Amino acid sequence: MAEDYTKRTEYTGEAAQMKAAHVLLREVPFTPSLPELGYNNRTLHIDLTTLTVTEKPVTQQMKDIFIGGRGFGLWYLWQAIKPTTKWNDPENDIIISPGPLGGNTQYPGSGKSLVVTLSPQTSIPIDSNVGGYFGPLMKFSGFDALEIQGKAEQDVIVVIDGQKGVVRIETAPLEPSDSHVAAEIFTAEYAETEADRRNVSIVSAGRAAENSLIGCLNFSWYDLRRKATRLKQAGRGGIGTVLRDKKVKALVCRGPQVRGDMNHPADMARITKVATKLHKEIHDFDDQQCHMRRQGTAHLVEIMDAYDLLPVHNFQYGNHPDTKKIASWIWDARFTQGIPDGCWYGCSMACSKGADGHIVKTGPYKGHVVTVDGPEYETAGGCAANCGIFEPDWLLESNFYCDTYGICTITFGTLTAFIMECYQRGILNKERTGGLEMTWGNAEAQMELLHQMARGEGFGKIAGLGVLRMKRIFTERGWGDPQLLQDIGMEIKGLEYSQYMSKESLAQQGGYALTNKGPQHDEAWLIFMDMVNKQIPTFEAKAEALYYFPLFRTWFGLNGLCKLPWNDIEPEDNAQTSEPAKVPDHVYNYCELFSGITGREIQKQDIITMSEKVYNFQRVFNIRMGKGLRLHDTPPYRSVGPVTREEYESRAERYDTQMREEIGVNPDGLSVDEKIAITRRYREDRYQKLVDAVYTRRGWTTDGVPPVSKLQELGIDFPELVEVVKQHGG
Amino acid sequence: MKYLQVDFEKCDGGRHCNRECEVACSKTLYKTGDVAYSAIRLLPVKGQDGALAINVCNQCGECVEVCPTEALRQNKLGVVLLDKKVCVACYMCVGFCPTLSFRQVTGLHEPVKCIVCGACVKACPRGALQVAEKPQPEPLIAAR
Repeated sequence: MAEDYTKRTEYTGEAAQMKAAHVLLREVPFTPSLPELGYNNRTLHIDLTTLTVTEKPVTQQMKDIFIGGRGFGLWYLWQAIKPTTKWNDPENDIIISPGPLGGNTQYPGSGKSLVVTLSPQTSIPIDSNVGGYFGPLMKFSGFDALEIQGKAEQDVIVVIDGQKGVVRIETAPLEPSDSHVAAEIFTAEYAETEADRRNVSIVSAGRAAENSLIGCLNFSWYDLRRKATRLKQAGRGGIGTVLRDKKVKALVCRGPQVRGDMNHPADMARITKVATKLHKEIHDFDDQQCHMRRQGTAHLVEIMDAYDLLPVHNFQYGNHPDTKKIASWIWDARFTQGIPDGCWYGCSMACSKGADGHIVKTGPYKGHVVTVDGPEYETAGGCAANCGIFEPDWLLESNFYCDTYGICTITFGTLTAFIMECYQRGILNKERTGGLEMTWGNAEAQMELLHQMARGEGFGKIAGLGVLRMKRIFTERGWGDPQLLQDIGMEIKGLEYSQYMSKESLAQQGGYALTNKGPQHDEAWLIFMDMVNKQIPTFEAKAEALYYFPLFRTWFGLNGLCKLPWNDIEPEDNAQTSEPAKVPDHVYNYCELFSGITGREIQKQDIITMSEKVYNFQRVFNIRMGKGLRLHDTPPYRSVGPVTREEYESRAERYDTQMREEIGVNPDGLSVDEKIAITRRYREDRYQKLVDAVYTRRGWTTDGVPPVSKLQELGIDFPELVEVVKQHGG
Repeated sequence: MKYLQVDFEKCDGGRHCNRECEVACSKTLYKTGDVAYSAIRLLPVKGQDGALAINVCNQCGECVEVCPTEALRQNKLGVVLLDKKVCVACYMCVGFCPTLSFRQVTGLHEPVKCIVCGACVKACPRGALQVAEKPQPEPLIAAR
């Protein structure tokens, strides 16, 4: 931990001159408003090609069917693009929406913004759930969503000033695009006083987002204790790349001074009752349960290792003797403790930990003293364990640069691990990487790869295209066996895996592969239910879990909520309830929260019904864009079973037992290659049976298409959706 | 540091008084006789049927660390005061109060706590309350 957690390199010295260089391109006034029952009933639309700023109504139908957040994003994106649209076409749209519950300051985890765009990586819609103050401040300025279409001719910023009631588009030629600098400078430029900084939030990317397909967005908030702009990431799918392609350097929102009743809820007492109850649960039990307040999600590192679930060496193995070097107790000591680290007001779970006083070792910021936001579990799993780099200082280094360059740490971790395995197997070598020795554990090579990505140079430029495109490029160049590349390249639909081993959990194989946006664990995390607690043994039980949980978790994204306070804290008696995995008391809280804010009375089943409309809409959207069928729900074999001899042998007892007891084959006397082949046939067949069961439960055809009758049942049988599914036998 | 000291020998949990402390507090803080607004409360004692006991802030300051907006600060006398202008009504202080003495009151934006004004001291007919001094604990938030 740093001696003085407020000490860091400052970047605001020339902010005044930088601001003076801005040229105002458009200024449009608006009437600031506060939501009623969680909604402002209008959206702000900006076209950067024509420099037009308009307001659009949020209709009752939008609220009834799409709720808000990710639902609004998908709906607007559908209107904005055509089936032929590419990610870098001007009509591609970035939509940011916090949802009707977003911005309430009482219930933990209520400050999320949902971002949707057409992904450069997957060519289908991507949705990302991010903290920071932007969404709530935009909402309290008067808008339920922001749409950014078109492309500017030069670097611009969009300023939404909810105190003055004006939207401005300005050039911003001098500010760096890297987020830890950009967020600090733009906050200083647009806050009128030190006290006003808490009312300003910045959305930015960074120079690697400009030169790769895997760019992320950083959403800032001003940390009063640290006197620093902090960052949270909308990481997955390349949204930062789209932002920079549109030549947006930053989105700036200056909202009003926040109060606790700005959503104008229907019944404040219902909200405060469940919120204070949850605050007290976190106070009483977090120290015994997940330690989120001290360690954030980094508390998971050694737990995943203990259960053989921590991805090591590109998901070959599930644990490593050096995991202890990046375990939770290391971060407990590195994170500055005793600071309310919520990424929005009212989040007593406070998992946005910060490692202060990191002295940058490499690259353009070498020698600077910075606060690193994290590392979170996913970053530790991806950038460290998966690459075999078990050094906390190097993890802080890669975490810092991924964030400030505007790169998703999950994607960067998985694609670097893929490169390192290719290097291990001779598919890549020093000549092919332009001199980078991509051996396991080589942190300096990992960092140089990242800096190349930021500069758009060398092998880093190829890496920044992601695993899907690297597989194609390597195959075209005759590097490696295409089947092996397919088996070990951990992506589906073009999106890299997040950091859990699904190999020994069939349900989680589906949890990753049967997702809308690609293999991210935010739809379903079923490994403990399936593999450890064995609560869902049959195909039908797994299918039920793969029906319920993705829909339940989708609801967070419709409403501007974080998933973590749902089950990373549990009531004392949760284990005694009928369905502990669902955390019934917290489901009750969410019904109270929604009913209390919107005045629309809901019960727990309504959560599923609301999500199912949007979830199926997104599936049809994928089909419309050419990537939503059974074929596209196929995982790489690495996530299903052992690809290589080393992998088989590392878990030989488990695999031999399965062969004997489940497959009905005696492994004695068989070669490892024979056993791999037998295991593979069994597991791939088993996965297909799971897909059948899940599609049946979801009410889809065997090709994964929601039929017209399903669309009618859900009330989303709009002509354009019906047309799409009919073309595919739905 | 100053805090409100309760003499539990003298206070009999409202059996022989008209809960003057609560009334005086709510009148002083919010000009109402509705004792729901009082920062000092006579609350049921768990496991003791019908018994009540005083519950009031002891100025321990744990809430100061929790507050995301720095609305809570200890003044020079050690009393934790709330700045209503920057409070966002998150009620984390309410959930994290170790003595359950920070209260959320329906209809009020800000939570309610004792500010050691002494109104209840004067009102108590049994002389059970006094403004007392205790050593200031080490600050919970410090540059480290």
